[in-house]
Amino acid sequence: MLRLGLVLSVIAGSCISLYATGAAASAEVNLYSARKEALIQPLLESFTSETGIKVNLVTGKADALLKRLKSEGANSPADVLLTTDAGRLHRAKAADVTQAFNSELINSVVPEAYRDSDNHWVGLSVRSRPILYVKGKVNPQDLSTYEDLADAKWKKRICIRSSSNIYNQSLIASMIVANGKAKTETWAKGLVANMARPPKGGDRDQIKAAAAGQCDIAIANTYYLAGMLNSKKDSEKNAAIKMGVFWPNQSGRGAHVNISGAALTRYSKNSANAIKLIEYLASEKSQQWYAETNGEYPVISSVAVGNTLKAWGKFKPDSLHLGQLGELNSDAVMLMDRAGWK
Amino acid sequence: MSNTTNKFSYWSISSSAIALLLAIPLVIVVSNIFVPAGEVWQHLAETVLQDYITNSLLLMFGVAIGSLILGVGTAWLVSVTEFPGRKYFEWALLLPMAIPAYIIAYTYTGMLDFAGPVQTSLRELTGWGYGDYWFPEIRSLGGAALMLSLVLYPYIYLMARAAFLSQSLCVLEVSRSLGNGPWRTFFYVGLPLARPAIVAGLSLVLMETLADYGTVQYFGVSTFTTGIFRTWYGLDNAPAAAQLASILLVFVVVLVTLERISRRQSRYHDTGRRKQALQRLKLVGWGRISATLFCLLTLLFGFLLPAAQLVSWAIDTYETMIDQRFITLFFNTLELATFSALLALVLALLLNYARRLQPTYGVRFAVRAASMGYAIPGTVIAVGVVIPFGWFDNTLDSWMREQFNISTGLLLSGTIAALLFAYMVRFLAVSLHAIESGLERITPSMDEAARVMGERPMGILGRIHLPMLKGSLITALLLVFVDVLKELPATLILRPFNFNTLAVRAYELASDERLADTACAALAIVVAGLIPVILLSRSLSKTRRYSA
Repeated sequence: MLRLGLVLSVIAGSCISLYATGAAASAEVNLYSARKEALIQPLLESFTSETGIKVNLVTGKADALLKRLKSEGANSPADVLLTTDAGRLHRAKAADVTQAFNSELINSVVPEAYRDSDNHWVGLSVRSRPILYVKGKVNPQDLSTYEDLADAKWKKRICIRSSSNIYNQSLIASMIVANGKAKTETWAKGLVANMARPPKGGDRDQIKAAAAGQCDIAIANTYYLAGMLNSKKDSEKNAAIKMGVFWPNQSGRGAHVNISGAALTRYSKNSANAIKLIEYLASEKSQQWYAETNGEYPVISSVAVGNTLKAWGKFKPDSLHLGQLGELNSDAVMLMDRAGWK
Repeated sequence: MSNTTNKFSYWSISSSAIALLLAIPLVIVVSNIFVPAGEVWQHLAETVLQDYITNSLLLMFGVAIGSLILGVGTAWLVSVTEFPGRKYFEWALLLPMAIPAYIIAYTYTGMLDFAGPVQTSLRELTGWGYGDYWFPEIRSLGGAALMLSLVLYPYIYLMARAAFLSQSLCVLEVSRSLGNGPWRTFFYVGLPLARPAIVAGLSLVLMETLADYGTVQYFGVSTFTTGIFRTWYGLDNAPAAAQLASILLVFVVVLVTLERISRRQSRYHDTGRRKQALQRLKLVGWGRISATLFCLLTLLFGFLLPAAQLVSWAIDTYETMIDQRFITLFFNTLELATFSALLALVLALLLNYARRLQPTYGVRFAVRAASMGYAIPGTVIAVGVVIPFGWFDNTLDSWMREQFNISTGLLLSGTIAALLFAYMVRFLAVSLHAIESGLERITPSMDEAARVMGERPMGILGRIHLPMLKGSLITALLLVFVDVLKELPATLILRPFNFNTLAVRAYELASDERLADTACAALAIVVAGLIPVILLSRSLSKTRRYSA
């Protein structure tokens, strides 16, 4: 009996000590981030040292954070929601948990295609998804468009990950915008027939499989390739070196891109600080950091990209309004289900 | 007499209250059945639903076979036979439990994938290219079943070993003296007697299998869990996702019911607890070699190989990965896991005890309801926690504002309390099962004798049951501790600002496809899990000493 009481009081005491970990600084801003801690924390630290504003961070999957934001309602502590694709920003806006904000700075430097039409969110980095090919095995002149990948000449030569992945969903959504549902579904069936293996693993796995000879073409976001090229592990580096980057659809709509971006939450209690943070993330210094450290493309054109990205050359990005990716996301998933894309 | 009746109803009221609270998240998930999900269901039924069902069933089947062979086989060998290395295997066989399933999946993929070192050197040696040779595909349904079996079999091993160890010695000796060989003794005496414990372990394994997301997602196997997330994230249809989760609950109900039935048919209580030493069966010749080999291979594939891979990755990356923050992370995680384990233990004791004292329909139902959360993916539970907590906080806040003009804000949402609550919903089943299988082996006549002598229920618990249950209590603590160490999705959604755990760190790096960078965090989880595993193992050996 006595022991049980002891155990209970230990639990109670520890709960209180854990409870007290909540932060309470005067100047602060609270961030819900779908971007991983390692890929945002350094920027947040330099923001704090420059402005004195403390940033409190929770990371997680975008949809889960969105659910949390919704359930917390008017009392939510979150000021800024950071996501790694435009579709989720669109969802947040549709769920009525964001608000419009006006920042002349952002309006003047970030192109309109990367901003919400009502100023609820703004893009902070551009992520492109071109066609990667094994140098020496594929003549880049044989490559042209995403559409062409359904051609029979690529039979058993393509590696691409699962259709559960948001990058593929966004790619298909962009193709629905360009070609319509029926055509895109036929195309998706052709692509599935050309896959060298059932989809598995992440983007890096596709690159590794191609480099090892399992397929000739991999579809992956460029920052994964950049990460592998700059990796300390020789096996990653050696695989990445074998790959060339081909920018598709350059004479048409442009290569598929998505953005990572930030929205101001509807019930933000520190909105002035929140806007400062968003502006900081869009500043030249931060943009440079994205390009150098993460291998993503900056949203503001004045920023020079690092050597890795420079080597792949300039490209024309798809100019569709990125909010559409979010609107068409579930259509894209259903389409891939019907096409048998696992 | 009326006095005791009151005491009993106190037990049943408090246990029902706990169970009701813990059932809230599941009720919220299930309540979505009545929300129209539009045409999505037709779409799912036409395209992917069949895959989800078939794959989930096949996966459960594969993991059941794999983990039974590994778990029961090794448990029997180390409990009643003697062979070289037995003393070490006794505790080492628990080690795989400390490795999260998705981490072992990453390490094996790193080694065995087409682009990995094994196949690459094979190609270099032979000059073969892609398609010239056959190699088992690790990222497949079979591979997923193997990965899960390798890290989940310790649940069965633990419970089966505890059962074998506490089996009345006479029974085994009688079997042997009647001329039964080791195999016959195993199949006709040891196995049937240990069945409740084995089934309890197996049902935990299967529930973990159903809830697994990381492994199947990485391997590209479409199961119910991946389907739930695809429907929620991809199709943006939360009601349909919750309805899929409700179907998952049906699986669980079937599992739990099967387990109950299997137990009901046979009630096994120890009759005597003679502390006399059992002469271990000394294996000779091939038996000796194959026993050692069997345990060694289990340990090799379940722990040594993946751990070696992690260590080799960690050597490459530790400089950038280990800093002050990492240390904080380590202690955060330990603290959280310890409290959760203690809390779960207390709740599980309370619920189990209420059922023993008053096995009414209501109480039994309450206990069952409290153990349903184990098979539900953490994310789904987290959503079931976020919604009612948010509602409670906001309702209280607006009421306080109206009445007293005070804003209470968010009292529970985004706090450690919410996190602990979610852990209880998810993991209480583990300690419930562990304690239950221990409590079942204590014959009720012991309680009756104590009561006749004037002992009250609390006294029986404290002075008779707890000492006898020591092994089960430690098992319960350890299992929840290790589960919380590894827990990811609920932690991810519910944790407060600036609060991370090792699993969160490992996951974030892994989902960024930086496998080598996950090694330090993954190893830290393993190390943190080792300490209790070794403690547990010691205490289990103490429950019975052998003259070996």
